Amino acid sequence: MARGKRYDAVIIGGGHNGLVNAAYLARADKRVLVLERRHVLGGSAVTEEFFPGFKFSTLSYVVSLLRPEIIRDLDLPSHGLEILPLESTLTPLPNGDYLARWADHDRTRREIYRHSATDAEAYDDFGRLMYQLAFAMKPLLGMVPPDPTSLSPRELYRLVKLGKHFRDLGRERFYALYKLLTMSSADYLDEWFETEPLKATMACSGIIGTFLGVRSPGTAYVLLHHYMGEIDGAFRSWGFARGGTGAVSQAIADAARRYGAEIRTESPVAAVKVKNGRATGVALESGEEIDARVVVSAVDPKLTFLKLVDPGQLPIDFVEAIHRFRIRGSSGKVNLALDALPNFTCLPGDGPHLRGAISISPSIDYLERAYDDAKYGEFSRRPYMDIVIPSMIDPTMAPPGKHVMSIFVQYAPYDLNGGWNEKRRDAFGDAVIDTLSDFAPNLKNVILHRKVITPLDMEQEYGLTDGNIFHGELALHQLFFMRPVPSWADYRTPIKDYYQCGSGTHPGGGITGASGRLSAQVILKDW
Amino acid sequence: MLSGTPFHSRTAPLCQGHNWRRWAGYVVASSYGLTHDHEYQAIRSSAALIDVSPLYKYAIRGSDAERLLDRVLTRDVSRCNVGRVMYGPWCDETGKVIDDGTLQRLGDETFRLTSGEPNLRWLCESAQGLRATVEDDSDTIAALALQGPLARHVLGNACDSDLMDLDYFRLTFARIGGVPVTISRTGYTGDLGYEIWLEASAADTVWDTLVAAGRPFGLTPAGILALDVARIEAGLLLINVDYIPANRALIESRKSSPFELGLDWTVRLEKSHFIGRDALLAEWQRGPEWKLKGLELDWGSLERVYGEFGLPPQLPGVAWRTSVPVYVQGQQVGYATSGTWSPTLKKYIALAHLRTAHADTGTRVEMEVTAEHQRKRVSARVVEKPFFEPERKRA
Ligand SMILES: Cc1cc2nc3c(=O)[nH]c(=O)nc-3n(C[C@H](O)[C@H](O)[C@H](O)COP(=O)(O)OP(=O)(O)OC[C@H]3O[C@@H](n4cnc5c(N)ncnc54)[C@H](O)[C@@H]3O)c2cc1C
Repeated sequence: MARGKRYDAVIIGGGHNGLVNAAYLARADKRVLVLERRHVLGGSAVTEEFFPGFKFSTLSYVVSLLRPEIIRDLDLPSHGLEILPLESTLTPLPNGDYLARWADHDRTRREIYRHSATDAEAYDDFGRLMYQLAFAMKPLLGMVPPDPTSLSPRELYRLVKLGKHFRDLGRERFYALYKLLTMSSADYLDEWFETEPLKATMACSGIIGTFLGVRSPGTAYVLLHHYMGEIDGAFRSWGFARGGTGAVSQAIADAARRYGAEIRTESPVAAVKVKNGRATGVALESGEEIDARVVVSAVDPKLTFLKLVDPGQLPIDFVEAIHRFRIRGSSGKVNLALDALPNFTCLPGDGPHLRGAISISPSIDYLERAYDDAKYGEFSRRPYMDIVIPSMIDPTMAPPGKHVMSIFVQYAPYDLNGGWNEKRRDAFGDAVIDTLSDFAPNLKNVILHRKVITPLDMEQEYGLTDGNIFHGELALHQLFFMRPVPSWADYRTPIKDYYQCGSGTHPGGGITGASGRLSAQVILKDW
Repeated sequence: MLSGTPFHSRTAPLCQGHNWRRWAGYVVASSYGLTHDHEYQAIRSSAALIDVSPLYKYAIRGSDAERLLDRVLTRDVSRCNVGRVMYGPWCDETGKVIDDGTLQRLGDETFRLTSGEPNLRWLCESAQGLRATVEDDSDTIAALALQGPLARHVLGNACDSDLMDLDYFRLTFARIGGVPVTISRTGYTGDLGYEIWLEASAADTVWDTLVAAGRPFGLTPAGILALDVARIEAGLLLINVDYIPANRALIESRKSSPFELGLDWTVRLEKSHFIGRDALLAEWQRGPEWKLKGLELDWGSLERVYGEFGLPPQLPGVAWRTSVPVYVQGQQVGYATSGTWSPTLKKYIALAHLRTAHADTGTRVEMEVTAEHQRKRVSARVVEKPFFEPERKRA
């Protein structure tokens, strides 16, 4: 490839959104180049083998929100995408009991019934309501957010259409939606259920990736966000990508290349070249310069506007808004290579519960206490954990008979008192393992390797500002037409020919690809 | 693992084809024999023993128990004296049916309500402010249906009490094999029959006693397939098949009112209050949009449709439970939800939701039938339910 060759589009960042963006642009016959800083593609959706023979979904670990239209448009299954079902959620309890939810409805009903007869029924009713609301909200995920302050007929038309859509919800569902938008997940679930571990485990999806607790208002909406998961068009199922979440990125990259996109790793971009208020290309850290008709940033809004360009070239209030954009990291990750399966006291031995998610969330109080630690700058001494054992679902993730365990942990504040260092990282890892050992006492004896990832590691190694897993918190004031900042939620930026397509844009974090796709639509429209 | 019912130790060895099906989180036999014809015939010609334990059962007790049930059900529960049984639906505030079942008055302040889906939450919420408790007995009470023309003989042989005086939709207390049971003259077959309610722990004794007592009368354990044919002949609704419970419907149009389900006779609008009354009153004045009626398929038309392919009419081997379009002059006017060949009537029958304008008895409609991979329409006549109602049912 000739140096200085002119591209139609250069995309900064080979995370899954950058790759989706590249694939759609290349599909429209644009000459596309993706530049990724690291030696592997995928960003937060990456599979790495940092202990020989053991493959880890280093950061993100389950897939549910990947937009079905992307799977279809890019024909991802033909590029190797395979989603395996994650069929259960187990919540072990300190008293040796547990709460489990299974793929089978009757079985789940029985199990919840064991804890509370009325909750068993409420669970079905709740699920139905969330299904209806998720169905109602779904179009929002698939559209460029209209600007409610714009008076352009096109924007107004889109708003009116949306308004009508919500009117069609009906009274009961409209009020439910309103509650979801205003309440905390703990309070909202309190209206439905009495079983602590059920409430707590469900409430967790409201706090993932936020610096909020289950009792913080606004977290209820995120419950719904997580209900929108779809696998092959089926609502509400979480799955595991064969080969780890990196395989999702690889499939997308493969599709992009098939359409003619070029992808370069180990190519960190130092700056976006701007001339007369217009992006003209990028300069790599290596000194190389690459010209392009448009530049697309797939990194988070802070990097996009405060690091890659000189903020002086942006309107002051815009820069202010980007400064205010909340991106506090609150999560950590512990990946384990295991010699044998963990043995849970509540359900000893091997079993289907190890093929699902395991949630350390015995009660609302437990979760709120975990948050209390974080509020004052400490990692949770007894943290919330969301655990999967991918090798149980895809045996090729580990050598025969061995296992990998992925532990997502909250809270681990980016701004730890005294700052993160090796010692604190180890102490955090110990808190995680100690807590989990209370439920699975053999754990410590079967650990072959342990990799602890702090928010600081996420920033330094994976390019996530402040270690925020979603490129900015999924708080209501940062969603939809507010993401990342009002009036710039349509993937355009104040700099002409400079676009954004990462998780910091609508509809937000998670392996969805939606930002990458919608951004490509806008870019092609502007072409 | 799904659990078997309290009778599993008895039913499992009988289930020759291992044909189990799910019912409310339990497994029950679809048919015990390799075909279900014999079991169906037992219901109509001798006596059949059917395990109906998976029904949901609630004990409602307290000085306000009657008030609670009167508030929930569309029927006038104040008229349900001790020893009486009432069938009826219950609705949400918009007058759409949530479930239907039988209500037994076991004592002044004690009732048992059966339902097709779990209703504990609904009942508990409705009980707020009332001196009434609701207990879920679904797992602890076992139930058997003893149905068929010889059912009275079998039961008389098995229990210590005289059943000659037990009228239709009445109940009595008795002992079978020494086990105290409640016997109600009810059932889901439209035939002479009884349902027997007992503590789950005594299931084996009661089953064994009945089977022994029934031997001279050809008593046959029957599965759900046989029951399904019988209940269609009897014109009885099946929840989630013939209607969708209002609290489970994803969209409005899937819900049905009691009027739309042909349950007008159960709705006591003269009661001062019950859940859904206002909506039902308005609907009554307006007239319901739909009616659930019987369809009788025209044999000649069936013969013609299959005759095109050189075949005699192909009849369903078991009752079906799918939604099948119904037309008048090429326009869809409704849909059938259950259908079967009736071995007793020698007719192909179905239950259908029809737009009121096309629901009058005697109306000519057409029902879709797939013959040799092609969709055809077979002419049918709208009829009253039940299709089959022998005198012995009430006698
Ligand atoms: C610990 C963790 C757990 C998670 N768990 C889940 C989960 O289970 N399910 C789920 O759906 N979501 C999960 N998420 C969120 C999800 O992974 C992310 O929202 C999503 O992967 C982000 O994709 P992206 O393409 O927008 O950005 P990223 O994946 O962050 O991609 C940005 C890319 O840009 C690169 N880059 C940065 N700076 C430069 C530069 N200067 N030049 C060139 N390249 C650069 C980075 O290396 C990176 O590859 C998780 C995230 C984390 C961190």
